[in-house]
Amino acid sequence: MKLDRRLALILGAVGLAMAVWLGLTVLLVGATLEPAQREQFNAVLGPRWPLLGLSWVLALVAVSAALVTLYRRYASAPARLLEQTRVLLAATVAQQITPQGTAETLALGVAINELAAQRDHLRADVAQQIAQASFSVQQEKNRLAALMAELTQSVVVCNLDGRILLYNSRARLQFRALSTAPTLADGAEMIGIGRSIYAVFDRQLVAHALESVNQRLARGAASPSAQFVTTTRSGQLLRVQMAPVRSGEGADAPGDLSGFVLMLDNVTRAFEDESLRDQLLHGLTERSRSSLANMQAAIEMLALPDLDPVMRERFLAVVHDEVHEMSGRVADLAKRSASGLKTRWPMEEMQGADLLLAAQRRIQALGSASAVVEDVDASVWLRVDSFSLIQALTYLAARLVDEFAVRTLRLRLQVVQGRAQLDLIWSGQVMSTETVMTWEMDPMRIGSESTPLTVRDVVERHGGEMWFERERVRHEAFFRFILPLASAQEQLEAAQIMQNDSRPEYYDFDLFKTYDESSALDDRPLTSLSYTVFDTETTGLNPTGGDQIIQIGATRIVNGKLLRQESFEQLVNPGILIPAITIPIHGITQDMVRGQPRIGEVLPAFHVFAQDTVLVAHNAAFDMRFLQLLEASTGLAFHQPVMDTLLLSAVVHPNQASHRLEAIAERFNITVLGRHTALGDAMVTAEVWQRLIPLLAEMGIHTLRQAREAAQKTYYARLKY
Amino acid sequence: MSQKILVADDEPNIVISLEYLLKREGYTVRVARDGQEALDAIASELPDLVLLDVMMPRKTGFEVCQAVRAVEAWRGLKILMLTAKGRETDVAKGLAMGADAYMTKPFSTRGLVQKVADMLAAAP
Repeated sequence: MKLDRRLALILGAVGLAMAVWLGLTVLLVGATLEPAQREQFNAVLGPRWPLLGLSWVLALVAVSAALVTLYRRYASAPARLLEQTRVLLAATVAQQITPQGTAETLALGVAINELAAQRDHLRADVAQQIAQASFSVQQEKNRLAALMAELTQSVVVCNLDGRILLYNSRARLQFRALSTAPTLADGAEMIGIGRSIYAVFDRQLVAHALESVNQRLARGAASPSAQFVTTTRSGQLLRVQMAPVRSGEGADAPGDLSGFVLMLDNVTRAFEDESLRDQLLHGLTERSRSSLANMQAAIEMLALPDLDPVMRERFLAVVHDEVHEMSGRVADLAKRSASGLKTRWPMEEMQGADLLLAAQRRIQALGSASAVVEDVDASVWLRVDSFSLIQALTYLAARLVDEFAVRTLRLRLQVVQGRAQLDLIWSGQVMSTETVMTWEMDPMRIGSESTPLTVRDVVERHGGEMWFERERVRHEAFFRFILPLASAQEQLEAAQIMQNDSRPEYYDFDLFKTYDESSALDDRPLTSLSYTVFDTETTGLNPTGGDQIIQIGATRIVNGKLLRQESFEQLVNPGILIPAITIPIHGITQDMVRGQPRIGEVLPAFHVFAQDTVLVAHNAAFDMRFLQLLEASTGLAFHQPVMDTLLLSAVVHPNQASHRLEAIAERFNITVLGRHTALGDAMVTAEVWQRLIPLLAEMGIHTLRQAREAAQKTYYARLKY
Repeated sequence: MSQKILVADDEPNIVISLEYLLKREGYTVRVARDGQEALDAIASELPDLVLLDVMMPRKTGFEVCQAVRAVEAWRGLKILMLTAKGRETDVAKGLAMGADAYMTKPFSTRGLVQKVADMLAAAP
């Protein structure tokens, strides 16, 4: 329209100009005529004025047509090009324009297309480089996490606020041992991504260690680290080594820590061993001293020439008594030290079968003998230095092969009286005990491989024994090694680490970026918060009418990621009968809750699990009502903010008829597994919550406060339990 | 009048030897079987010297030592500590608590007699 008006204006001006030009021409011609001629001219022209007007109109039409064509060609075509180019500028994906108009406009269009193509190419290039870089970063992170997962030492990485960014499965096991309710939350209430390490360690202690690391950094120490030993709430003794995590740039300058690595060692057992050793030593020296004093004094009295027979008898009795006392003490010491004192050589826990297989391979590799593994009890775990032990077995086998032409060797492992018996058996030629027993004192040499160690050294390193025995009836002979078994706890730990084949989400390095924790929770963005998403199963819908919780399930979302590994699931014995009509809903029968802990035991563990997080539940008011009613009896209050996926779903999709969990899950296309167990529902709720956060952001709801205010305005918020 | 010695030790097997030995040397000997008994004995009749074992029931030798040194009237009392605790820190503690001398078990009886005689001779 605007263009048309401009065109009309131009056309009007042209029309006016032509009329003026015509008038002027007539006046000019008139001015050169004689009066008579003018009369004549007027007489001729006068009646033909309309003709002149017609000619003017015709000329105007012709000029207008030409102008409009020109205008279209030279003004609107560039304008269209401009619009298209604007679209191109804003386009996020590659796009081209199709120009129309003059040759110049077309050429301009082509040039613009080329520019756009160039830009798209550059953009794709950058995107690809970014993708590549983040892929390799991700790969490195995965590699690091995989490495950590395999370590047999406990490792926990924290940011400066003490939030855990990474931990390995060994650490999880160790924390499980520290937990006061190990069977309930599996240690997940103590260790977890985003959880505070200060739940386990005294904040001051960690701060002190950090400070000394900083001091060492400032002094320019190459690998500054600090150590501390601490007792935990459950009475375990931990030795902790701390190393700094320095931020990449300017690594020379002190005070640029971005976090720290803790390596944990449970030294409770070692310490107990040490104390026992001390105690035994102390007992031996101190008590022997007084016995010796008593004896020496009595003997010196006995040596006196003027001693009468009565006193003589009494002094003899003292000597007799003390000798007896000391013999008993020494016997006791020997017994206790044999069972209680372990060798100081570092040992590893190893499944007996694995040790035998490894030894078998080494013996086979000698080339001239075959080795057979027999009678292995798969449940036997040894505490051995496997390298030197296999070396000893191979060395003995090699000498048997070389010097006695033994061709077949057998390996046998059994447990006798709490100790492991490892036998290296062969049959055939009779040899003297003296001959073979000198082998144990020779430095071991296998082929070109030699070591100053002897078989005896290896045996002593294990605090064990070794001898040569013959079974005449079966024409067999064997070397028998007596070796220490791994304690039950060590067996458990070793077995659990081996079974842990899934590589879980045990890390989140994004947590290095710290949020200002001091800013009120209410104003922090929803994406930055840690959530405990939970669900309860109950005996009914009426908390005030005596219905009880029979199951709690929960999972965690930290930094936007759902941590499936760090879940909480526990059946609860309600102490009342579960109504039969509710069983089809939750699938929990009376038999299942029999023998389960009561809510008084479960709630404290859940309370710890949920600390420092925002609670999320579907129809949270229902679950919260149950928790509130338990406050009086357990003394535990859940004061953290609560988000309700039901209310927030209604905020996001006000026109949907149903906000049941199933309906929402279907809308979001969430695969539902194990629905209607507490943990299954908690998982679905967690996924729903993850989808809701960006949808809320589109509506301008970014913070906890905004989310709560929006939720309160919905219809559903008016329901009361 | 002979000098008086109190032997404070809970082990009869050493007390019998010490009692016999010191009586033979001409001292008047009394025996206490724990720390409290030793303090009571000192209070009832002040001896010239106490042979004090460290490890005793009720009150340890260290406690007895401290209690004795807190009483002005007992200043002249000599204390010889006998103990199976052989660490240097124990010796230092005994002397700090106010013992005059310290002997570590086992000891030779001749050495003990000599020590007792020296200590009593040095008495003002």
